[in-house]
Amino acid sequence: MLNQIAAIHGTGVAAATNSYESIATATPSGVSSFSFTSIPSTYKHLQVRGLVFTSAATNPEYSFNGSGSGYNGHHLFGTDSSAFSNAYFAYNYNPSASYPSVFIMDILDYTNTNKYKVTRTLAGCDTNGGTSEVALWSGLWQNTAAINQITFTGAGANYASGSHFALYGIKG
Amino acid sequence: MPAGSTYTPIATTTLGSAQSQVDFSSITASYTDLVLVMNTKGSTTNYPFLQLNGATGTSYSTTTLTGSGTTATSVRQTNTANPYLSSDAANTTDFVFNAILHFQNYSNTTTFKTVLIRANSASTGTGATVLLYRSTAAIDTITLKLNTGTYAIGSTFTLYGIASA
Repeated sequence: MLNQIAAIHGTGVAAATNSYESIATATPSGVSSFSFTSIPSTYKHLQVRGLVFTSAATNPEYSFNGSGSGYNGHHLFGTDSSAFSNAYFAYNYNPSASYPSVFIMDILDYTNTNKYKVTRTLAGCDTNGGTSEVALWSGLWQNTAAINQITFTGAGANYASGSHFALYGIKG
Repeated sequence: MPAGSTYTPIATTTLGSAQSQVDFSSITASYTDLVLVMNTKGSTTNYPFLQLNGATGTSYSTTTLTGSGTTATSVRQTNTANPYLSSDAANTTDFVFNAILHFQNYSNTTTFKTVLIRANSASTGTGATVLLYRSTAAIDTITLKLNTGTYAIGSTFTLYGIASA
């Protein structure tokens, strides 16, 4: 029952505890991008849980299957006194090299070849009074191909020591 | 290759009596992330806040995106000892408050700890919060407190562990 609550209200689509499996982990450091490759097609959904450090303030981005086009997104976020929204494709805002930003991204129906691929992400970074943000992101990749690779880029910055990305598969 | 099933229940509590706080202690360090799910009721309308490792000082801060049903806004707390899970989402006297807290890389000892929170109250509002705990210590105790009053009988709290490959 509680897992069902989690499925409804969390960013995660985790259901029964035997349906959520770890696929791979990356700890990028000193690189501008890295990828999860050869992602198995045996799950219904994917989830990426990340803790991010970058060498400079940035909006780190992601892409699928090495493709550089077809992406759109929306960004609803709060900073300190207002709520904002814009059209933007990224997965987080990392305002500082000193504080971790974290995110949880769901990639839904990633092997379905009959529809475009969508993501949803909960993300945030708090710096105790400095530039901070908590955000909801939506993502669209206008491509029907099954996703077998996810690439995360620093968008002008490098990933730094302490970064940790974990990819999970959720059975359906 | 997948490393096998994870998202494992660690502990669960259903209150048999009203409590001013709920603790998860001696948390194993064997997972990568923790997820805490709570579905609660208050003795009076109150607001839950988080305490980690028993730290009562002002080493916490938050940034919250919040909606009340009429207004969307953002608020933040700095150098606080009472980092709230939400702003508009209150723990009311109905069974309508729920929250999911994600503690990522909670056991590493090199970075500050950041918690992502989604909190909802059908009575008062909804929101998302990012919470910073300025300590590099591994988290082994999670305490959910209140600004006033108690958690009512029947309130539930469950802690899960997620292990990455």
